[in-house]
Amino acid sequence: MSSANAAHSVVEPSLASKRVAGAIVILYALITLVPLVWIFLTSIKSPPDSISYPPKIVFAPSLEGYCNLLTTRTRQTPEYIASLPAPTGTCDEVTRKRNMVIAGPSNFLPRFVNSLVIAFGSTFLAVFLGTLAAYGFSRFRVPLADDLLFFILSTRMMPPIAVAIPIYLMYRELGLSDTALGMILLYTAVNVSLAVWLLKGFIDEIPREYEEAAMIDGYTRLQAFRKVVLPQATTGIAATAIFCLIFAWNEYAFAALLTSGSAQTAPPFIPTIIGEGGQDWPAVAAGTTIFLIPILVFTILLRKQLLRGITFGAVRK
Amino acid sequence: MNISNSIVEQAADATARSTPVSVARRVRGLSDSAIAWVFIAPAITLLLAINIFPLIWAIYLSFTNYRANRPNAAVEGVGLRNYERVLTDPDIWQAMQTTAHFVFWTIILQTVIGFTLAYLIDRKFRGHAFWTTIILIPMMLSPAVVGNFWRFLYEPQIGLFAYAVSWLSGIPTSDIRMLGDVSLAPWAIIIVDTWMWTPYVMLICLAGLRSIPDYIYEAAEVDRASAWRQFWSITVPMALPFIMLAVLFRGIENFKMFDMVTLLTGGGPGSVTEVASITLKRAAFESWATGRASAFAIILFVAVFGLANIYVKALNKVKQR
Repeated sequence: MSSANAAHSVVEPSLASKRVAGAIVILYALITLVPLVWIFLTSIKSPPDSISYPPKIVFAPSLEGYCNLLTTRTRQTPEYIASLPAPTGTCDEVTRKRNMVIAGPSNFLPRFVNSLVIAFGSTFLAVFLGTLAAYGFSRFRVPLADDLLFFILSTRMMPPIAVAIPIYLMYRELGLSDTALGMILLYTAVNVSLAVWLLKGFIDEIPREYEEAAMIDGYTRLQAFRKVVLPQATTGIAATAIFCLIFAWNEYAFAALLTSGSAQTAPPFIPTIIGEGGQDWPAVAAGTTIFLIPILVFTILLRKQLLRGITFGAVRK
Repeated sequence: MNISNSIVEQAADATARSTPVSVARRVRGLSDSAIAWVFIAPAITLLLAINIFPLIWAIYLSFTNYRANRPNAAVEGVGLRNYERVLTDPDIWQAMQTTAHFVFWTIILQTVIGFTLAYLIDRKFRGHAFWTTIILIPMMLSPAVVGNFWRFLYEPQIGLFAYAVSWLSGIPTSDIRMLGDVSLAPWAIIIVDTWMWTPYVMLICLAGLRSIPDYIYEAAEVDRASAWRQFWSITVPMALPFIMLAVLFRGIENFKMFDMVTLLTGGGPGSVTEVASITLKRAAFESWATGRASAFAIILFVAVFGLANIYVKALNKVKQR
């Protein structure tokens, strides 16, 4: 903290101090960005370029990583390619034209679809159940409300591996192991705590007089909830949904322990992408890039709500 | 008031405010208590089924010799033997120590850097909103995916990190084996965790700094307090509850640290980065010692829960000052 920043006006720091602060923060931000930029650059390198030393900053871009990531073809040798019928997909065509080596069939697309299904499914359920419960806690006298809310929060303190053992056994009994439904239910349970806490904060801010007026006009409690409270809470519900989505999208521990095949999501899959002689880094980087893009978009959309979401609504801006 | 005294108290406040609505009694439809039940029950039921039921099952298993890879073998109660074995296992104590080491250093680094950044951003230089958003990106990403990619950055022969450090310091890259060197591997993880989560601490600190009303500084200015003095007797104490909240959340999260370590080092080299979650995973899913793993899980949960509760009490005290 530079004590040279003695602000002449209390509320407004001096121009010099602003400039120094700006320079340091921008430098930090740029350093922060380096690994992310490097992921993207690696994704458009050819495999030899990706592992050359010193690291190449200037290189001929290649789509090989993306092709390897998305291909459904088995590994191809030049002789084999010559014997093949005409290419059937764009990806194949590019590959063929450029004489790329294809590492083999990749499961990335189905894993990515699993991520989409599980993340959106659990988000929808968590927000639905969370909205109802949040309204319940916000508007009614619930016996032991504090204890219940604290209980809901404390479910998040458990290390995922600790609950994974009995959930693994339970799912084995119920036939939910390695199914999308099982993962959706699990992520919903994890997310519902966040959803209740966040949404309760948002609903608390809607004046209850609105509903009272509606009920005096002849609405039932449920109608008032649907026609008065829900529209008012839209922003809060949307923000909560994105937070749930981000969690389910990024989750690794449960996914790695409880899924292995058909319901596996992208986070445990991406590190397993293997090419010729070790990890196929351009393909890994391509998968990582595709996987990160939705999150980048959401981060920018959410920046005003971010603080609330990451602290369970305990801190408000 | 911007921050709740504690999470629990916030809940209490809200309940105190919610006076029963007399209007509701006069309108048609379900009674209020029935509606409250209908609204809350589904969420609670789901939590009971997928959180509490497994927890109770884990408690039961912790007293047995059950092994998940032999579902048909007879299950015997073993009393407290699992707990005894966990608490006397030097490997587990080692893992707890490693975990504590990570929690300590990540919190120190993230708090110092995060608070400094927040303090600088609070100068509101031109474009601060844009750069703040940029800084926030890492914490929104998946730790596993990010950890996997950092493994590439750390590669001594081809990685950007080794190259950059070697270029800056002149040490040959073959000596910068971040993930293979016993003394460097823990720091490799601390660096990635700090890269990822400093923005989190920064964001909470920023909220803390923005909650300090201007008139306090104006009064200090009238009293001719130096900038240094203002910083230590206004800025830091007023932002402290926020900093403590950030430390609480990061502490709980890093106590559970699993994904990033798994992807970066898998606990190695040897077992120098083997944190509690990894030991637990090995016991449960590699040795299949389900009973012992459950006992360890319960001990961990009680430890986090207990520490968090003590900490929240301290936080409330700071808040009330």
